[in-house]
Amino acid sequence: MRGMSLIVQVITRLMVGMLLLYGGYIVLHGHLTPGGGFAGGVLIAAALILVSLAFGSVEQVERREYILSSILESSGGILFIALALAGYVAADYFFRNAGLYYIGKPLQMVSGGIIPLANIAIALKVGAGLFAIFLALGASRFVMKE
Amino acid sequence: MLELYLLLAVMLAAAVVASETRNLLAAAVALGLVGFSVAIMFILVQAPDLAIVQIVVETLTVVFFTAVILRTTEIDTTVTSGLKMETAMFVAAFLAFGGLFLSLIIGVLQELPKFGEPLMRVAQDYIQLGLERTGAANIVSAIILDFRGYDTLGEATVLFTAVVGVLTVLRLAERRKPGEF
Repeated sequence: MRGMSLIVQVITRLMVGMLLLYGGYIVLHGHLTPGGGFAGGVLIAAALILVSLAFGSVEQVERREYILSSILESSGGILFIALALAGYVAADYFFRNAGLYYIGKPLQMVSGGIIPLANIAIALKVGAGLFAIFLALGASRFVMKE
Repeated sequence: MLELYLLLAVMLAAAVVASETRNLLAAAVALGLVGFSVAIMFILVQAPDLAIVQIVVETLTVVFFTAVILRTTEIDTTVTSGLKMETAMFVAAFLAFGGLFLSLIIGVLQELPKFGEPLMRVAQDYIQLGLERTGAANIVSAIILDFRGYDTLGEATVLFTAVVGVLTVLRLAERRKPGEF
């Protein structure tokens, strides 16, 4: 996919930093304010897709970046299952909060036990997964008109 | 409640446009209208978590649709204009069966609990004990990542399956020679 005009590219340069910052904020504050891993992950994927649409995704497809995205997505899934198994080891139940919830006070940044970590795992999974699907669709001949 | 009904009317109109228009770009825009109306509806019933997810996912969906439509074709040739006899018969049959079904279950619908007053007491427990049990201030995060972790694991599995499926299809398409599908 080739890139878009100069106007779109300049606006993208201005926007993409703010989009990534907002996505990271939504992920990291998921246990305090509305939002969470899924919303923040989709926002981060949207920022990456914006860059791909504005500047073209030919190089990304040639470098097989969707394979890297897919690996990141799988590592997010493994992290999430590892957190669930940590609950099994520490507190005898799958998905138990792993006895971590006494760390920090409620309503502060460090609180909620495994919930912030699980938010990060899900954000990794959703963001990288959606970006991999986008790149793979762009690389596919089924969509390519040439 | 009036805003909700107005939004519902807008959504119904947009859905009819999306399914009936021949211009695929207009259909994608109408579909986006339905999705953003759902997001506004979530805000009106005070569910900001879902509203954020709905806005972001809907934007991404419209971008996907637009990108694909702009690179393939804009006019849907399978939609025929004009009212056919068959279509009218289908609509009449649907309305007849729908009316019959509604008239049969009207008694059941009156037995349902009111909007915002669920029967399940487990939800009350989640709201009252959420902060104490999990330490997370956002009750939605506490539910989906702690009390209902299994559901989130299932959702993550769905996404994983989608990514694996797309990449597998792409791999197969790469191996074949050009011109062969």
